[in-house]
Amino acid sequence: MDIKSLKKISDYQWEIPKTGEMNVPGRIFGDEKLVKEMDEKVREQVTNVACLPGILKASLAMPDGHWGYGFSIGGVAAMEPEKGVISIGGIGFDSGCGVRTLKTNLTLNEVKPKIKKLVDLLFQTVPCGLGSRGKIILSPGEADELFKEGAKWVIKRGYGTEDDLKYIEDGGSLEGAEPEYVSETAKRREKRQVGTLGSGNHYEEIQCIDEIYDEETAKRFGLFKNQILISIHCGSRALGHQIGTDYLKILAETSRKYGIKIRNRELVCAPINSLEGKRYAAANLCALNYSYANRQVITHLTRECFKKIFPKAEVKTFWDLTHNSARWEKHKIDGELKKVLVHRKGATRAFGPGREEIPEEYREIGQPILVGGTMGTYSFILKGTDFGMKVAFGSACHGAGRAMSRTQAKKRWQGKELAQQLEARGIYSRTASWGGFAEEAPGAYKDVVEVIEAVHNANLATKVVRMRPLGVIKG
Amino acid sequence: MLKYEQFEHQADVGIRGYGKTIEEAFENGARAMFGVMVNLVKVEPKQEIEIKCEAANLEELLVEWLNKLLAEAGIENFIFSDFKIKEIKKTNSIYKLSGLAKGEELDPKKHEPKVEVKAATYSQLKVEKKDYNPLATRYIVQTIVDV
Repeated sequence: MDIKSLKKISDYQWEIPKTGEMNVPGRIFGDEKLVKEMDEKVREQVTNVACLPGILKASLAMPDGHWGYGFSIGGVAAMEPEKGVISIGGIGFDSGCGVRTLKTNLTLNEVKPKIKKLVDLLFQTVPCGLGSRGKIILSPGEADELFKEGAKWVIKRGYGTEDDLKYIEDGGSLEGAEPEYVSETAKRREKRQVGTLGSGNHYEEIQCIDEIYDEETAKRFGLFKNQILISIHCGSRALGHQIGTDYLKILAETSRKYGIKIRNRELVCAPINSLEGKRYAAANLCALNYSYANRQVITHLTRECFKKIFPKAEVKTFWDLTHNSARWEKHKIDGELKKVLVHRKGATRAFGPGREEIPEEYREIGQPILVGGTMGTYSFILKGTDFGMKVAFGSACHGAGRAMSRTQAKKRWQGKELAQQLEARGIYSRTASWGGFAEEAPGAYKDVVEVIEAVHNANLATKVVRMRPLGVIKG
Repeated sequence: MLKYEQFEHQADVGIRGYGKTIEEAFENGARAMFGVMVNLVKVEPKQEIEIKCEAANLEELLVEWLNKLLAEAGIENFIFSDFKIKEIKKTNSIYKLSGLAKGEELDPKKHEPKVEVKAATYSQLKVEKKDYNPLATRYIVQTIVDV
């Protein structure tokens, strides 16, 4: 991106000045290098989002920003309830996609000798890859209940404990989900997919904490050096994909019907207050709840695997967040606390201290934020800040962000060779597809460390601990 | 002559189909998309499913067609490799498509699975007609699929 065309606000904030049809300015977070390396398309997409009706303050891109559909990946936009719109471009086709991190009482020395056994068992137990099926078969009535109750519902069925719910965003269950606005096709596509990982960039990883940046917070979060953590990255599976697909068509019609000026077809949307907008929002909540349930079931399966190999293991949910969503939140707008609809596409919520959404024991610290790296690089846990609340509606980056296309990655790396290289570095992997594995090569991503430094220095969120991978399963 | 191909996109995959008729280009676009998911050569067209869809314009019809195929494949746990579109016609400013998709039940051991396609998107969506000379009209359809 041509940095000269941006107005420098600080070393880590760059503005696209408000011109023409823009309702608000654009704002890109990142250091000079990251912003320069971003595609010109990111600027175009941030600008297009700034033109949407009812957008508040600024159209944002996080430091891992790259070219997406409609919104850039790493795009954040808050909408005013009366004049604003809900756009599929700000949510995507995998609503609720996110990360769950589990913490254990195990250490590196205990797990390292058994890592292969553990990863092999997880690979057998957690369904992953194209067309994989889980064990839970939902009747139509049960599916509706699950859509409404999310993780709560699967926990009632024995997949986890009440304690898990405390550490899932929205308590693992968002109110307002309406199964009647989910099509029959979507319900039929959701067949035995609760508790499945999927494919692409989704993964489950065994990690160990190898660096602590903020001792005090790490302690409060129950994290310590050489501790074994597990991170699960997946979303709402075919249910979410079909809800997105169905409403893509509906929103294309509503954009025409209400004469909403959109600069790109990918931003099709509906007024939040319209019938179509309300239905999309309610259907979308079903996908979010489903994603919480999905990660909950995988958590349960993971626990069972750990118990088999480490009978004394305690595996607790540390945190669960979504990085594709549109949710109602209260934010200060012109000095007044207002309810707004915040779209985050490939961006996490990163609430600062004091927010009522954060469980009591962490409330004065700020929200834990989970940022996944690639299968060969670090992942991070951060905490939310007051500053992030003011400048970014409490948002942070979601990952490293791709730097190279899948086609190029496949040309450069061979799946099997890559697995051997990772193993030589102490990372044992299993995959359902060698082709898919090569596409996810660590070298195809931006340097996650640079992205995290930018988030930390921009004060959107601050670093707590770093994890390195020991074992990974890929779809 | 090239029938279909994938093209580069930073995070996802572009698919493109060519044809002497619009129908053929749509069929080849579908091949390109299922080629992202499996090795098409390994799929046998044992069973067929009827597909019908409609949209306000040809571009949106392409996305409808591809997404309908993904939905049917998902519901039946199928993978498709062969497509036949009977016709695409415009009536009362609505474009309608009816066709067939042929394939078989997904078998990870046989089909060499790659990545799952979540949906066909409106990104870089194009339906174009190119008249190279009066005897060689060529249609090109393309979009980005989310994986």
